[in-house]
Amino acid sequence: MTSTPHLAAISRRIRARVVEMSHVAETPHLGSSLSCVDMLVAAYWGYLRIDPTQPLAPDRDRFILSKGHAATALYAVLAERGFFDPTLLDTYNEDGALLPEHPGLQCVPGVEAATGSLGHGLPLGLGMALAARIQQRPTRCLVLMSDGECEEGSVWEAAMFAPAQKLDTVTVMIDYNKWQATGRSDEIMALAPLADKWRAFGWDACEVDGHDLDALLAALRPVPDGTGRPRAVICHTVKGKGVSFMEDDNNWHYRIPTAEEVEKARVELWQA
Amino acid sequence: MRNAFAAAITALAAQDDRIVLLSGDIGNRLFDTYRARFPSRFYNCGVAEQNMTGMAAGLALSGLRPFTYTITPFATTRVIEQIRVDICYHNVPVVIVGTGSGLSYASLGPTHHSCEDVGILRTFPNLTVLCPADAMEVGPTMEAAVALPGPAYIRLGKKGEPTIHETPPTIEIGRGIVMRDGTDVCLLGMGTMTATALEAAKRLMAHGLSARVVSMHTVKPLDTDLLRKSFEQFRLVAVVEEHSVIGGLGSAVAEWLAAHGPRRGVLEAIGTPDIFLSAAGSQQWMREQCGLTPQAIAERITRRLKALR
Repeated sequence: MTSTPHLAAISRRIRARVVEMSHVAETPHLGSSLSCVDMLVAAYWGYLRIDPTQPLAPDRDRFILSKGHAATALYAVLAERGFFDPTLLDTYNEDGALLPEHPGLQCVPGVEAATGSLGHGLPLGLGMALAARIQQRPTRCLVLMSDGECEEGSVWEAAMFAPAQKLDTVTVMIDYNKWQATGRSDEIMALAPLADKWRAFGWDACEVDGHDLDALLAALRPVPDGTGRPRAVICHTVKGKGVSFMEDDNNWHYRIPTAEEVEKARVELWQA
Repeated sequence: MRNAFAAAITALAAQDDRIVLLSGDIGNRLFDTYRARFPSRFYNCGVAEQNMTGMAAGLALSGLRPFTYTITPFATTRVIEQIRVDICYHNVPVVIVGTGSGLSYASLGPTHHSCEDVGILRTFPNLTVLCPADAMEVGPTMEAAVALPGPAYIRLGKKGEPTIHETPPTIEIGRGIVMRDGTDVCLLGMGTMTATALEAAKRLMAHGLSARVVSMHTVKPLDTDLLRKSFEQFRLVAVVEEHSVIGGLGSAVAEWLAAHGPRRGVLEAIGTPDIFLSAAGSQQWMREQCGLTPQAIAERITRRLKALR
């Protein structure tokens, strides 16, 4: 049983953990991790057919964090969802530890693919969807990408392939936080109109508030809807979401929070 | 060799329902039989090799045994990032097949040549690099590749190459096949140049020089046992390849020799020069320009042997 107030509390917990991990391990990409937390929570608590006690069950749904630089968010979600002991998060980015800055190869149960280089997740997901078709399994594939990532040509190769094969078990969620590493994503490349681009490629595209858990669940749940069209959920988000002094401030792509800032963020998240 | 590939992939798919063939919009009619028999395990991935290669990794992560197939530069250097990250880093059993390797598509120009593929690919951890010598080696090479737990690259010629085996040989990965024995020089052939090396050996014979010729179908892992013995037994060991002298089998052998020398034998690396071959011309003509004909190879070996005396 899930309910959105319950999920909102989970999102807050994960955000607090992500801020803390960035501080302790001194790793960047905090803003990018915070912007997709609600998308991950909707996916892991309201959509994906997964069992943390059987992480390799052949019929499981597959989730790929194609924007691998949001690894802290994925790790915190998988720990909270029961895939591994949350104390493992304390070892994030330590020398020789299991959890690197980008999701490593089979680093922990629940990580389906090693990512970090952008534009790789969707082709991998399509391959998994084709495998499910060949093996006649009910597996659905969900790929979470960033908006800047949509500048990679490989994304559009995959975007053109999936509708041709009627891969309607595939969903992409795009974390459209309007920023990439060094500037506005709509200015550096002609990204907008993003939903129209996916529609023009044959996808069933919709736009939602990427921090509205009900809207995210409503956008994901009909998959597959029998139309033969894969689904693209363009999630309008705020980079650094949940911490007032990080929201929509692209310095937090690289900045690492101080102990004081972590405390301030924690207070804000608990008061929310 | 491509016909041998089509026959072998069809036979493999009949034995193993994990085999999936991904083609980069090439092989018109070549896979008709395969497609008719296994329609659910064939995908024409279009002119989109990055996606094809990434999807192959996704298929393999789900327990299948995909092959990717297109013209060599598009199967390899076009998608080097996908091979490195999706296939080699994930260490999944994808077989990457390049057809028309080296100068097979000579007249199509440098966009369609591939004289750098082995040099780049053999630096990737987990990847086995296989260069069958003729159509007879293709099927057994594919069987050996599918039996591996990790990825492999198979470098094919195009069609109509001379065959050096009468029947399909046993291919053991990392073990060269001695095609003829000799005492004066050892020629290590890579891929389709093994047939040329055998022709060169006949010419050397006419000059009273006897050559051992080996099909070095595996570039990685190197047959170090064979190298150790060859550099002890022979004063001269020559590599013959339709690949750049930078990075190919000659380089791989040179790396081994530098780390394990000095030995009795010295190395002569015969391959394509460090240039783009941009003039129009046939494969035969380009091989002549590069000194990759039996005549030119035999003369070069003779000169080097004389200098060593």
